[in-house]
Amino acid sequence: MLEVSGLRKSYGEVAAVAGVSFRAGKGETIGLLGPNGAGKTTTVSMIAGLVRPDAGEVRIAGRALRGDTDPAKRSMGLVPQDIGLYEEMSARENLHLFGALYGMEGAQLKLAMDEALDLVGLKDRSREPVKGFSGGMKRRLNLAAAVLHGPDLLLLDEPTVGVDPQSRNAIFENLEALKKRGKTLLYTTHYMEEAERLCDRLVIIDHGKIIADDTLQALNRMVPARNLLTVEFEDGAGNVPRAQDVAQLPGVESAEVQGASARIAVRNLAEDSAGILQWLVQQGYRVQHLSSERASLETVFLTLTGRSLRD
Amino acid sequence: MPTAFLALIRKDLRLFLADPRAVMMSVVAPIAIASFFGYIFGGGAGNGDNSRIPVLLSDLDQSALSREIVNRMASDPALDVKPSAPAEAQEAVRKGKATAAFVIPRNFGPDAVRAFLAGGPKPQLQMMFDPSHGAETRMLQGMLMAAVMQAAGKRMSGGRELTAPFEVQSEAVTSKRGDAYNGYAHAFGGMGIQFLLMVGVEVGVGLLLRRQQGVWKRMRAAPLSKAMLLGSRVASSAITSMGTLIILFGFARVVFGVRIQGSMAGFIGVCLGFSLMTAAFGLLIASLGKTPEATRGVAILATLMMVMLGGAWVPSFIFPRWLQTLTVIIPTRWAMDGLDAVTWRGLGFSAVALPIALLFGCALLFAAVAVTRFRWEAD
Repeated sequence: MLEVSGLRKSYGEVAAVAGVSFRAGKGETIGLLGPNGAGKTTTVSMIAGLVRPDAGEVRIAGRALRGDTDPAKRSMGLVPQDIGLYEEMSARENLHLFGALYGMEGAQLKLAMDEALDLVGLKDRSREPVKGFSGGMKRRLNLAAAVLHGPDLLLLDEPTVGVDPQSRNAIFENLEALKKRGKTLLYTTHYMEEAERLCDRLVIIDHGKIIADDTLQALNRMVPARNLLTVEFEDGAGNVPRAQDVAQLPGVESAEVQGASARIAVRNLAEDSAGILQWLVQQGYRVQHLSSERASLETVFLTLTGRSLRD
Repeated sequence: MPTAFLALIRKDLRLFLADPRAVMMSVVAPIAIASFFGYIFGGGAGNGDNSRIPVLLSDLDQSALSREIVNRMASDPALDVKPSAPAEAQEAVRKGKATAAFVIPRNFGPDAVRAFLAGGPKPQLQMMFDPSHGAETRMLQGMLMAAVMQAAGKRMSGGRELTAPFEVQSEAVTSKRGDAYNGYAHAFGGMGIQFLLMVGVEVGVGLLLRRQQGVWKRMRAAPLSKAMLLGSRVASSAITSMGTLIILFGFARVVFGVRIQGSMAGFIGVCLGFSLMTAAFGLLIASLGKTPEATRGVAILATLMMVMLGGAWVPSFIFPRWLQTLTVIIPTRWAMDGLDAVTWRGLGFSAVALPIALLFGCALLFAAVAVTRFRWEAD
């Protein structure tokens, strides 16, 4: 559905995007993940035709995108990071305008407006001015305006920025509904939880370059210490095992002991934790507290770039 | 794609009308200022009482001749003559309360007759004047001369009135004989032009602001040409400008009797040409400006220069000759001359054909530069 190859864009000496290439198949949801300033928005802007790339190509359904009036743009819907709505106009007036920009009119436009408003749950507020809407409602309408003309590909540039958890959840439900309808989604975010929940595949971008492009499971496998078991022992001399002893246990990849606690990296939390605990008890160590930590995209990102996603 | 084009125009008009206070101000402000300027520059009945020249006269002579002079001056409808002592008269002129003061000295009557008949020394008639009223002062000198000569001549010819051996037949050359000059016509045209140019500035700055917002990205993501995006903005702005001009002249017609005494087609042509020109001017501003804040200041300065030099504040015929020649390159001058021509001058379409063509040409030029230079990428 979407094929991006060798996209480059520089502003003066700064390379915002330095050779980005990836693909999104029909019905696939791709997460474009990276910290602020990584080049996500510039990449989306080039795909949407808002920014002319210095080099590279964007192909929609096999056809290269050329010029402002390229009919292939009808296959795309953009949810901009800033709310792209006229506050003085009602939800319905906004949708009427944005539908007309794609040549829709009459009964066809009315039907599409009703469907879009239904999707985002704003039908009963559709005649009210947008300026009276909450931030979450505006975000939902922002989404409705992008899906109105029935695009196969949705470009979502951080569509949940600044919304409360309830509204974020509502937007996610909307997106999951679109996913079920077979839409291809390119989802830009720096929230790893969002990417984990929604995306089939993740493209991790940093400093304008793609540093990873794979499924969440595959990315997790890239990280040496995937899952972490932290054991805190009761105080007392001799009540802490040696790291090398723990490291010999089945399923343990590495172990580190500091003071009265041990951090044990395991391959599979569910399968390996029980054996480790059993060994500790058998050896007479008195465990005071136990906690586990699943490997996350944050860990993946940290491992790949050496910095946090939210830097 | 007419659907998109019409939708964009409808959206702009909807947003314009969404703020009733702004709409009111775009109409009420030019009406108020034009009414003021129209009143100051002669109003609808030429010069009323309020425009009579205030003059003070000190008759220290009190002779028959001096009284005759005072009476003749006082009877002139262009003058507001009041008696005053010399010192008070001088003070009044200094404070700007009187344009000039005349002091007729003692023995003026006998001395003047002697000087006239026997060539004796001429008596001094003192005139004190406000230097800020140069043209009026020269006029007053002439009127005083005429009053003195007529009064002295009458006395010396045994009471027979001496009159000039000719009469001046004066006629205000307006649209047709009998129609007085209506100062409101020029004032409403001038203020309309000024405020519409300001609207043009807001169109340009508004585009720069929009470029920073999500709606701009949404527009650019749609399969629309640049010409359509900017063209719809020109069209909607021209419609609101045209509507504003019609409301302004409608008000002037009803309240101040301003009429389109020349070609109605010419009037519509000038209004349409100027409306398009001012809309394209807005786009030009947007294409040359970088940030909205910096652009607004420069654009307002450019607008005020165009308004001033185009004769919108004061008619261009008041300008020095060299400035009148120089300002023919200013688009506002074409609009002002065109509006003057079809309102109080009562001229036909041929008189405004060139200004209309120049306004349309200027609109095309501005639009072409704007489309070429406009920075399309969102900020």
